[in-house]
Amino acid sequence: MSKLKNLEDYREEINQCVKCGACRAHCPVFGAEKHEGRVARGKVALARAVLDNEIGLEAKVLEDLSQCLLCGSCCAQCPNKVPTEEIVAAARRRIAEEKGLSSFGKGVAAVLGRPKLMDLLAKTGGAFSPLLFKKVPENSGLRLRFPAPYITADRTLPPVVTKPFRERVPEVIEGQPGMPTVAFFTGCGINYMYPAIGEAFLKVLKFLGVTVIIPKDQACCGLPAVSAGATETVEELAALNLAALTRRPVDYVVTACASCNVGIGKIYADLGDDYRALAAKTMDIFVFLVKHGLPEKLAALPKAANRTKVTYHDPCHLRTRGITQEPRQILKALPQVEFVEMVGAGTCCGLGGTYSVHHYDISKRIGAKKAANIAACGAELVATDCPGCIMQLQDSINHAGGKAQAVHLLELLVAALPE
Amino acid sequence: MLASRIIAQLKEIVGKGQVSTEKADLICYSYDATQQKFLPDVVVHPQTSEQISRIMRLANTEKVPVFPRGAGSGFTGGSLPTKGGIVLTTERMDEILEIDEENLVAVVQPGVVTEQFQQAVEKVGLFYPPDPASLKFSTLGGNVAECAGGPRCVKYGVTKDYILGLEVVTPLGDIITTGGPTMKGVVGYDLTKLLCGSEGTLGIITKIVIKLLPLPEAKKTMLVLFDSIDGAARAVSAIVRNKIIPATLEFMDGRTLDCVKQATGLQVPDTARAVLIIEVDGDREFLDKQARKIADIIQPLGVVETRIAETPEESEALWQIRRSVSASLRKVNPDKYNEDICVPRSKVPEMIRKIDEISDRYGIPIVNFGHAGDGNIHVNIMIDKKIPGEQEKAEKAIKEVFEGTLALGGTMSGEHGIGIAKAPYIPLEITPETAAYMKTLKKALDPNNILNPGKIFLD
Repeated sequence: MSKLKNLEDYREEINQCVKCGACRAHCPVFGAEKHEGRVARGKVALARAVLDNEIGLEAKVLEDLSQCLLCGSCCAQCPNKVPTEEIVAAARRRIAEEKGLSSFGKGVAAVLGRPKLMDLLAKTGGAFSPLLFKKVPENSGLRLRFPAPYITADRTLPPVVTKPFRERVPEVIEGQPGMPTVAFFTGCGINYMYPAIGEAFLKVLKFLGVTVIIPKDQACCGLPAVSAGATETVEELAALNLAALTRRPVDYVVTACASCNVGIGKIYADLGDDYRALAAKTMDIFVFLVKHGLPEKLAALPKAANRTKVTYHDPCHLRTRGITQEPRQILKALPQVEFVEMVGAGTCCGLGGTYSVHHYDISKRIGAKKAANIAACGAELVATDCPGCIMQLQDSINHAGGKAQAVHLLELLVAALPE
Repeated sequence: MLASRIIAQLKEIVGKGQVSTEKADLICYSYDATQQKFLPDVVVHPQTSEQISRIMRLANTEKVPVFPRGAGSGFTGGSLPTKGGIVLTTERMDEILEIDEENLVAVVQPGVVTEQFQQAVEKVGLFYPPDPASLKFSTLGGNVAECAGGPRCVKYGVTKDYILGLEVVTPLGDIITTGGPTMKGVVGYDLTKLLCGSEGTLGIITKIVIKLLPLPEAKKTMLVLFDSIDGAARAVSAIVRNKIIPATLEFMDGRTLDCVKQATGLQVPDTARAVLIIEVDGDREFLDKQARKIADIIQPLGVVETRIAETPEESEALWQIRRSVSASLRKVNPDKYNEDICVPRSKVPEMIRKIDEISDRYGIPIVNFGHAGDGNIHVNIMIDKKIPGEQEKAEKAIKEVFEGTLALGGTMSGEHGIGIAKAPYIPLEITPETAAYMKTLKKALDPNNILNPGKIFLD
């Protein structure tokens, strides 16, 4: 019996929905689709109908429940804080139990549950492409078509990362005495697709003198498995990560991926006290950096004469946890950056992890709005704090014929640090 | 179940993808903010007036009821498909067709969300004042059909004051236009006003011609704590008597304040028993002066504390207190009846006293807040439906609240409409002759009783 809450456990929360319709203003999928089945209120109504045996798990119910990015935007704005993303995840677990995992869900479970297999796939030239992205059209930006060169670094990203980030770095990097020790939870995006973000992470923490542990045997956070309803995989990954991240004593577990921050910082909470302790130690990199005085250190640097216009995109998985100011604080303090706020910085980019694999067309429509807002604010770069968002933002900008580039804020930060 | 030929014809009219008889979709279009549930037989998403016209003709031929729907966020059941049939949602007719900066007029489709429209006109320095609490998600079509209000109405008036003209599909399927883009127009009956607030019973709104104002340069928000609701009410009268009409004049009574304090940890002195949130708008240099003048006028009326926002962030923090009310109330009891009576503004304290007395007598909490400036009080009767007898008590209390309202020269609903929730109480307010006049209209325009039947008046 899984410790993850089942749909029945959410009955009280489901009944808290008063059908006011406020989620219609905040659901990215609803914005693109204009159908009540796509919005939190509709999904909660369906979940209740399923619980009450008013409706079975028929195709249309599955379709509506698949139409959720699990971004949490609705819950953040809900007057009664109905956790629709958790309810949808629980409903998907029920679907997996009753109907078995979808072939896609099986792929997710098979790959994510076996980090060695993931490494192998990465080395053989395509961590995600063959299994996970087989439904994606040939011309899709998601087919590992990585963004063009970053302008802050002198190198371009290799099209395919043959050596994952964690294999490139030692497991422990000693800092200075008196400074905290952190475990770096890299997540798959950084490990397999954007190792440059991981390298930037290490340089920044070295600058501060922080000791960093990068456990080799950490695994995927499990969010794609949550999304697919793959209960067992979530629990396996949780156990792997708990063991990897608590082997050595650390002050914090730090992430540079918004979704991983939710992954290890929230979704394991029902699995037990050890997991809750892990969640309590989990911290986003920019929250960590602000806490350790980086903005003040940056403020002391001389401002550059020609500064680059940069805007910031709020990843849903940070925004819905109240983390919006810290990344902006860092960004505004960078000497080479002229910060501009875009309209709708806090609206979803439309990726939703594996959502965009199933619903690329809608994902693209959500992304198009974002691309328009980026273009309108005149930024040359859009910085964010999530590899998934970077992939989607760049794809959306490319589709819109825009000029801006999507980067991780750490990459801008590392470029500003003195050698 | 509708005959398959009807479904086939609907698909022929609007396209296959815009018609659904799937159970999941019927469930998703079965409710509104009243939380009542009625399953339709079919959900249709039309995109043009012509499609709606053909749907209405088909519905008349087949005698199938049609229930128009915007965002489904109403509080009185105006969009509920109470008799099955067709839910006709205008949510995909969501284009702003024109913003005419020379004539200060805009033309929109009914599915445009109110706030998105406001943002669009504000971008060019124009202003659409009506601001129902649901403005982030309710649609302009729904706002017109219910004649929505909001805090700013005290100064700027309600939805119908901004509607210059409409395109409407009649219950029989004709496409008509009322009014137009001119500021004046007296040719024939004022059908625009008739349709505003007709709750989808006289026609389906397919296009809206809206009057705009220049956007005020700035606004200033203040929150004033009073030692009694009387003090707050006298403050409202005093402000108005001094020839100041603030943009908003919102109040919360002592019981509401208690809920907010409990739910949010808001720090206010214990002596505070009522709150006014006052916002003035206009030219920047004139606002400080006006805020000070208001503070001076109300100072002798039992003011415990005055907080004036100096920045937009501080202003936002004050409004956040007002916005936290609804969620705070749920901590009192899980279920609520949300009424929106309106009395002449000088009668607000008397009405609150009356409601407090009813609350005490029935032993159920009733908390009041709302738009003091125009006498529109949100009366929230908080119960737990799981406790036997509570619902009956609440219904009796509501009736007494309505009777008290009418005795003071007020009205049962300021902005939510009647729908099905208040239909049983209509005879309290409207004489049989007036009701007959209204019903005659409905019957003449909708002889088959096809369009939103059973709303406003009980069948």
